[in-house]
Amino acid sequence: MSMPHAANLPLWAAILVAAFLVIGAGLTLIGSFGFWRLRSFYDRVHAPTLGTSWGTGGIVFASMIYFTVLELRPVVHEILIGIFVTVTMPVTLMLLARAAIYRDRAEQNPDVPVMEPARARLEEASTGSETGSRLQNGI
Amino acid sequence: MSEMIVVFAVWVAHGALALAMIFAMARMMRGPRAQDRVLGLDTLYVNSMLQLLVFGIRTGSTFYFEAALIIGVLGFVATAALAKFLMRGEVIE
Repeated sequence: MSMPHAANLPLWAAILVAAFLVIGAGLTLIGSFGFWRLRSFYDRVHAPTLGTSWGTGGIVFASMIYFTVLELRPVVHEILIGIFVTVTMPVTLMLLARAAIYRDRAEQNPDVPVMEPARARLEEASTGSETGSRLQNGI
Repeated sequence: MSEMIVVFAVWVAHGALALAMIFAMARMMRGPRAQDRVLGLDTLYVNSMLQLLVFGIRTGSTFYFEAALIIGVLGFVATAALAKFLMRGEVIE
């Protein structure tokens, strides 16, 4: 494999691009390995965020630096991918985790905490018991 | 010299991302439940998007960027729809 267009890249840019590429790809690999390795779904849901935060960030920065230096003009459209992935990934994972806990509660899986109905908590609070007032104060 | 450094880094990035895709695929096949498979698909989407960006650096063309952007958008929509389906049993109510 050869990249003749990379030959006229200055050394500092090459080092920077290489460092960002290796950091980004390595973090993505660590995230995916954790996703494969961790035990429960609620542990696993955290692992791929490594790839979507600095994994994507590193590779996007590498691409931006590479094309900016190579084409002698600012090339920043890759930042769109970075912004988009950073914004959408929390939404995705929140939706998925809520769906998972909903399914676990629906089959009364003992591994997840049961949901206290809000009405029961309110009634307990209105009777003025100690736990009720504690809940009312939001502690 | 600088070509060698970039070529080496691109090789390492390709290998690491390919391994990450294998891990995501293994979790997607193994399950054990539907949410694991959906999250595995999402991770696979993100990893393949990054793989395409590295392809763009390797070939020196910016065409791969558009494919990567489309994969990112479709991955988000697909995962959101599948999460909605897991929660409610239908996507559009």
